[in-house]
Order: sequence, then structure tokens, then C-alpha cells
Amino acid sequence: MILFDTVTKLYASQTHPALEEVSLEIEKGEFVFLVGPSGSGKSTFLRLVLREERPTSGNVWVLGKDLSRLSNWKIPTLRREIGTVFQDFRLLPNKSVFENVAFALEVIGKPKALIKKVVPEVLEVVGLEGKEHRRPDELSGGEQQRVAIARAFVNRPKMLIADEPTGNLDPGTSVGIMKLLDRINRMGTTVVMSTHDAQIVDQMRRRVIELENGHVVRDQSRGVYGYVR
Amino acid sequence: MRAEFVASEVGNGLRRNLTMTLAVIITVAVSLSLFGVSLLVRAQVDTMKDFWYDKVEVSIFLCAKGSDTPSCAGGAVTAGQRDQIEADLESLRPLVQDIYYESQAEAFVRFQEQFSSSPIADSVNESALPESFRVKLADPTQYDVVASAFSGRPGIEQVNDQRQVLDKFFQLLGGLQAIALIIAVVMLVVTVLLVANTMRVAAFSRRRETSIMRLVGASNLYIQLPFLLEAAVSAGIGAILAVGGLVLAKSVIIDQVLAPSFQFTSFVGWDAVVGIAPILILVGIGLSGIAAFLTLRKYLRV
Repeated sequence: MILFDTVTKLYASQTHPALEEVSLEIEKGEFVFLVGPSGSGKSTFLRLVLREERPTSGNVWVLGKDLSRLSNWKIPTLRREIGTVFQDFRLLPNKSVFENVAFALEVIGKPKALIKKVVPEVLEVVGLEGKEHRRPDELSGGEQQRVAIARAFVNRPKMLIADEPTGNLDPGTSVGIMKLLDRINRMGTTVVMSTHDAQIVDQMRRRVIELENGHVVRDQSRGVYGYVR
Repeated sequence: MRAEFVASEVGNGLRRNLTMTLAVIITVAVSLSLFGVSLLVRAQVDTMKDFWYDKVEVSIFLCAKGSDTPSCAGGAVTAGQRDQIEADLESLRPLVQDIYYESQAEAFVRFQEQFSSSPIADSVNESALPESFRVKLADPTQYDVVASAFSGRPGIEQVNDQRQVLDKFFQLLGGLQAIALIIAVVMLVVTVLLVANTMRVAAFSRRRETSIMRLVGASNLYIQLPFLLEAAVSAGIGAILAVGGLVLAKSVIIDQVLAPSFQFTSFVGWDAVVGIAPILILVGIGLSGIAAFLTLRKYLRV
């Protein structure tokens, strides 16, 4: 699914690399937590997977493709296979729940009939049936994140990337979101999630990759957030 | 590609950014109108050249009694000199197309006609007017060949090219055309800058949408097309206004004002307007499309 081969990323304006010689592999169907303090390289890792950045050296493989050999016009095809969810939801405020989810399909040219069929299905998966016509500002934070997840998942991507999806939510709501991500994972989608939330990581008992200063300092299946020193 | 979705995006974009859309339409209309006017003036100069160059001739005036140029020191032209000049003109064929000899008597008749209402007509007698060869050239621009061969020869008072007089007039028109063209080019540059800025603002105000489009894997074409179409639509409206202005200029200024007052010459026909209109539309849409495309490449990167 994802293969990093001695990847280093040095941003032009900085002297210290954001990632330094990182090598790791994430298999199909895994649920992976990416943990570490701010500035440890989590976001850079996710941006490299999405080909929003290119590594300074080393190779990144995603979904069987060597991203360094992927030409620009093929990037959209790659991103259609990867759903993305962010801490700040990134919904369109002037569109309803239905329209926000439908937007993701409209802009990749899917026919209207298909949209009418699959959007209600995915809204049911995320538990938002009956709220199709609400605007984002009429929803709670947790519900807004569910819309974002529905939008990321509506095209049935092979992989879901979540960048601190519970960062803006209270613990109770976060549990609901985690249950949803777990359910999506069980439907066969690989999930990579960066987080600061120790409680969630400890409860889920999934693979944990910890970054610090651009290095992988821990890679543990069924791990917990804190390092037991 | 869903046309309906793209069309609604374009409509929304134009409405949301109405002031900028209007600004683009107006600058495009004004700059293309000027551009159209300069093209029309050029077409007019071409029409007049065709009309007049067909009629102009080189006149070789022969010495008459009392001519005071040095080449006429020997008095009035002799029959031998006249025959020699005619033979030399004949040898210049095919450059020389027609040769017409005007005698003093014919010159006098013409003079009387031209100045029939003026007292000068009575004060001139036949012997004071020069006889002349009127020469029509196959290529009017080759005047120099004739002038250098004949001017200053004994028996020839003067070689006149009517074209030189016309050329001064055409230079004036050419100058006007150049001014219109310069203003048009400056305005087109302004238009390009304005379109670029409009696109920048539009891309910025819709950065949320476009960033989501990128994330869910919309192709570049799908992301940029609504913006490009917006630029093209507003430029197209401006271009159509400019064409309307041109039609108005032709039907009102040329056909109703200029043509009745200046009947001695011909004016550009509708074929010139029909020829210019597509150029204006293509230049308008093309320029703003290119400006939009280059701007978007910078602001809507994958």
C-alpha cells in the first residue's frame, strides 16, 4: 500500500530535514496510527503519500506506483484512490450535507444517477441519514467530521488518510469518529491516521508508528501512545 | 465531463465576481473597438489606394514658350525632342502601360473646363500652357524609373507624380491608424493584466472548492475549465460589443456621414467589417484565455 524507502524531505527554507531516511511499509488493510509531537514529520509524511510534496531523496511507493515516476497528469487518478480527512473538516459552507458529499463525485465527472444512488448509501454508513439537507453550520463538530469522512469515502478509496481527525472534537465525539474509521477499515480500506490523542491510541490497540525529529523512533503493532521507557 | 456542472460553476463564478466581470467586459470592448478601428482605417487606406492608384499617372510636361527651368533654356520643345521622348517612353514598356499625348490645344480646353467659373480662365492663352505626355504605369510604385530617365532632359520642364500627393494623404491616414493601433495595444495589455488579476481573485475566493477538488482527484482540466470559460465568456461578450461598435461605425459614421460628403472617393465596404469581426473575437477570447491559463497555472497547481 505505502512503501517509504530511505525517504528524506528537506524543505527549502529549513536546515533540518522534516523527515530523514525514513523506511517503512504499510500493508493493505492495516490501521496505522502516526504519532509524535508537533513538527515531528507526521504531516510531511502524509503530504508525501498524497504527492503534495516530493521527497528530497529516496522513493515513495503508494498503491503500487513509484510516485517519483508518476507524471503530473496522473496525480488526480492516484488521489481518487485515497480519501482524505482533516482536523478542520474542510466542508463547503454554502452547500448542504448531500451537496458536499456529491461535490466529490461531480468534480471527477461521475454521472448524476450514480451520485443519487451512492451518496445516501455513504451517508447511512457514517450515520447521517435524515440530515442530507442541513448546512455544515447547522451540524455539531462530530457530525461535520462525519460529512467529511463520507466525502472521503464516497468514491470507495483503497486508502483513507486522516490528519488529526479528532483534533477539534471532544472525547465523547471522538470515540464515535474512531468507531466509524474502524468500521471503514473493516470494510477493507487501509487507514492511516495521525493523532495526538493518547487515549484513542491506547484504546484501539493498532499499529503505532512514532516519529520524532523526522525519524521513526518506534514502530509497534498493537501499540499504545506513550513510550514506556 | 459533466457540462451541466461546469456551466453552473461558470455562471456562479461570473455572478459572484460581478464587478470584475464587468470590468473585463468593458476593457475588452474598448480595446477591441480601438483595435477594430485601426484595422478598419487600414482597410480604408487599402481601398483608397486601389481606387486612386488606378487613376494616377505620371505627367511629363514639355517646355512651352517662356518656361524658365534650366532644361528649357532652348525655348519651346522641338518636334524632334518630342518624338525622341515618345520613342523613349515606348521603350520603357511594359512598365509603361499607356502613353497619352496632350497637346497645347487640348490642355487649353481642359484648363478652360477646370476653371470655367474663375476669371483665371480668361487670362491664359493657349501658348502659355505646356503640352505633356500622360503616362500610366503598370506598377505605380516604379515612378522613380520614369523620373530619373526624363527629368532634367532638354525640352522637358517637369516630371510630376500624382501619387506623391496622394501618398502624403495616405501617410496622414497611416499615422492615425498607427495611433489607434498603439492605444489598442496598450489597452489590450491592460486587458491582459486585468484578466490575470481577475483570475487571481477568483482562484483565491474559491480556494476552498479548488483545494477539495484537488484532494478528491479532480483533473486539472476540471478544476481550471470553469475559470477559463469565465474569462472566455466575459471576453467574448466584450468582443461582441466591440463588433457592434464597429458595425455602428460603418453604418453611421462611414455610410451616413463620410460617404455622402466625400463622393470623389470610395469607402470600405461591409466585407472589411465582416473580415475584421472574427479577428476581434478571436483576439479577445484568445488573449484573455491565455492570460487566464497562465495565471491559473500559478494559482491552481496540482
